[in-house]
Amino acid sequence: MALNSKIPAGSLEDKWEKYKSTCKLVNPANKRQLEVIVIGTGLAGASAAASLGELGYKVKTFCFQDSPRRAHSIAAQGGINAAKNYQNDGDSTYRLFYDTVKGGDYRAREANVYRLASVSANIIDQCVAQGVPFAREYGGLLSNRSFGGTQVQRTFYAAGQTGQQLLIGAYQALERQVALGNVTQYSRHEMLDIVMIDGKARGVIVRNLVTGELERHFGHAVLLCSGGYGNVFYLSTNAMGSNVTAAWKAHKKGAFFGNPCYTQIHPTCIPVSGDHQSKLTLMSESLRNDGRIWVPKKQGDNRKPNEIPEEERDYYLERRYPAFGNLVPRDVASRAAKERCDAGYGVGASKQAVYLDYASAIQRYGKIEVSKQGIANADAATITKLGKEVVKEKYGNLFDMYAKITGENPYEVPMRIYPAVHYTMGGVWVDYELQTTIPGLYALGEANFSDHGANRLGASALMQGLADGYFVIPYTLGNNLADDIRTKSIPTDHPAFVAAENEVRERINKLMNIKGTESVESFHKRLGKIMWDKCGMARNEKGLKEAIEEIKALRKEFWSNVRIPGEVNEYNPELDKANRVADFLELGELMCLDALNRNESCGGHFREEYQTEDGEAERRDDEYMYVAAWEYKGDSNFVMHKEELNYEVVHPTQRSYK
Amino acid sequence: MNLTLKVWKQKNTNEKGRFETYHVKDISSEMSFLEMFDVLNEQLIAEGKEPVAFDHDCREGICGMCSMVINGRAHGKWEQTTTCQLHMRAFKDGETIVVEPWRASAFPVIKDLVVDRQSFDRIIQAGGYVSVNTGNAVDANAIPIEKHMADEAFASAACIGCGACVAACPNASAMLFLSAKVSHLAMLPQGSPERKERVMNMVNQMDKEGFGSCTNIGACEAECPKGISIENIARLNREYLGAMFDGGSKNAI
Repeated sequence: MALNSKIPAGSLEDKWEKYKSTCKLVNPANKRQLEVIVIGTGLAGASAAASLGELGYKVKTFCFQDSPRRAHSIAAQGGINAAKNYQNDGDSTYRLFYDTVKGGDYRAREANVYRLASVSANIIDQCVAQGVPFAREYGGLLSNRSFGGTQVQRTFYAAGQTGQQLLIGAYQALERQVALGNVTQYSRHEMLDIVMIDGKARGVIVRNLVTGELERHFGHAVLLCSGGYGNVFYLSTNAMGSNVTAAWKAHKKGAFFGNPCYTQIHPTCIPVSGDHQSKLTLMSESLRNDGRIWVPKKQGDNRKPNEIPEEERDYYLERRYPAFGNLVPRDVASRAAKERCDAGYGVGASKQAVYLDYASAIQRYGKIEVSKQGIANADAATITKLGKEVVKEKYGNLFDMYAKITGENPYEVPMRIYPAVHYTMGGVWVDYELQTTIPGLYALGEANFSDHGANRLGASALMQGLADGYFVIPYTLGNNLADDIRTKSIPTDHPAFVAAENEVRERINKLMNIKGTESVESFHKRLGKIMWDKCGMARNEKGLKEAIEEIKALRKEFWSNVRIPGEVNEYNPELDKANRVADFLELGELMCLDALNRNESCGGHFREEYQTEDGEAERRDDEYMYVAAWEYKGDSNFVMHKEELNYEVVHPTQRSYK
Repeated sequence: MNLTLKVWKQKNTNEKGRFETYHVKDISSEMSFLEMFDVLNEQLIAEGKEPVAFDHDCREGICGMCSMVINGRAHGKWEQTTTCQLHMRAFKDGETIVVEPWRASAFPVIKDLVVDRQSFDRIIQAGGYVSVNTGNAVDANAIPIEKHMADEAFASAACIGCGACVAACPNASAMLFLSAKVSHLAMLPQGSPERKERVMNMVNQMDKEGFGSCTNIGACEAECPKGISIENIARLNREYLGAMFDGGSKNAI
């Protein structure tokens, strides 16, 4: 099967405009007859479901949480990018596009990224209209902050809770459609399979997590908005329930999986404190705006951070990357932290941490405040006090969170941070219309692979989720459903629904009947360790080959020795988790396979064999400038298809932030 | 540290619940409260017993899913902290900890510590939004908003919808939750055109769901993990009265 990315003809600037003006439309009366299923209610799902409901489609949403508002988009802290150029600092659609393509290490599709950049400004308008309380300046206009990988201030934010505010905005728009009867929402429901009829996605099998019952739902189209798969590593900044199941089921039914090995390790997370750790907590990248990252110049220095004099500190990002300093992209910052720790300069009890220090920012802000308030001859204590107040206003909730988790006061002592799994750039392969290789099945937001290449820039995930949901899918879905207006709703007693439900039931029964001795959690932890050690921040051929064998063995063990307590037909979180971990155990293998295939380093994918003399990622454009789209052919049997990436506008170069 | 836990166990909505006593050992002070529950559940699974069901997801204090009444206090004793952010530093070796679900008739127990909070969704459906379709928006900076109003609106919008306010209230009132949403939208020009019917409809829905009335006790504010101020309830009352006397409720359902 040849991949057709369906990129419209014409110049980069015209593609989307032309597409929108010429795509097929569905008239309002027909929209009312067309049913759309949306899996997941994060930024992509909620914004898509709300927008499609407004257009008149009959929409059903499904989420495994107890309310759509809980989706993990809610935890995004720092902000959302948009090429508004409100700061008059040289921003433009082109520059946002360029930064994103470069940030992605030239592994993203130009046309998609340009579309993303061009709708970014509409997102901010839409969110403000909904009442999203973005941060404002005293003049009443919107405020911006800087973010990694860029030199302009284009990030809109709501303290450290931007994701929450955007999701609540989308959730409210969604609830309005529920009230109007355009959307039916199903909470505590998890998708367990796609139903295929005549080669098209025509519905889903979901499990009601409260009663354990399986349900069949028909849709003319199915939208996967189910997020990323970072939890394959067990420890990540994802929510406990975040999973790959919906995407993986789609993959097994024929949707290709794009670039599974591209995972983003976020540089600023609170370090692991012990074996009990269940998840990792991110400290927003926005902290790198004002915080300075350092380690002691001496290996194994056990002094307290405040006892280490200025000249004995190594501000290694500022040293290595003078142009971007602490604001280098995430992949670069993460690797630099790992390099220092591996070389013996790490700090804290585990020595797997670096300092993120606010002392100089507190002084800088304090001095500004002193002069603003006209205080003559301010003493050091006043400057520090006022500086702390400014830092509290900007980052207070993050500092509080750090204090609660670690028991330390970050206003007084530098924070300890270490990289952690955060986001997956890979995902279900989609064409320009966000349609997967299964007709009628779409993937939006983090669930698809499309816009971030091999590394995502900060504050771009929210942008992409909302771009896909508010501004892309309403057009592209119509273009395809226009050919489906004669298709009547298919009754769910159709043999394909019956067969899909039976398949799901058999798998659940099989899981329940193993009655082994080891808990789901324990298997998940073991998988996570393999993935982190061998398919994490640095990868090599030997490790990846070992990992594939280890995962296969672990999967076999899981299917013969997992213990799931409780019954099928009741609220049973252990069974829910088992379903998800079973899929992670298959995905993990594909990630390693993809990482093994990609004999180069790019963005979040760092192969130790391919690095420059000074330890930077070495891309091999002549051989690997393609998207690896994997087709499922059966157990451990994946076939790779290539989508060549053609750069018509941007000329890929060795990425430099020096 | 070693702890004794008295945990509410209830098979489903219809069956009666009871307290069950468990013992956990070697709990590190670095653990979060939910990680301590993970330890308990792993132990129960190993013993062939049924684990305790509890709601949780993001484990960073923002999704609003976790919900335990710990020693009589919603989300435990730390100020402005969700259960997932409560750490075991807060407890002493040998302590007995009592853990219950949110208790309110509008939040029926699904199992053990898990409750059904869809009533909150329905309150939002009654009017907790701005009626603006995708694509209708004007340029974001065409609506300047006084900074302190924007900040106030944000402070109200910070509600995570966890329901601790209901659990803490002796009347099981949802006034703090509802008032936070009414305030968030009433303080912004975008929310202004619908403010009257919004407040009427949302209050009606709250009553329909079986939440109690507010008698100015203030436990909601004290237990709110996000510090939502009780001033929001005063603002809600003003909005409600204003809407009633203004006849502006004519669009209300």
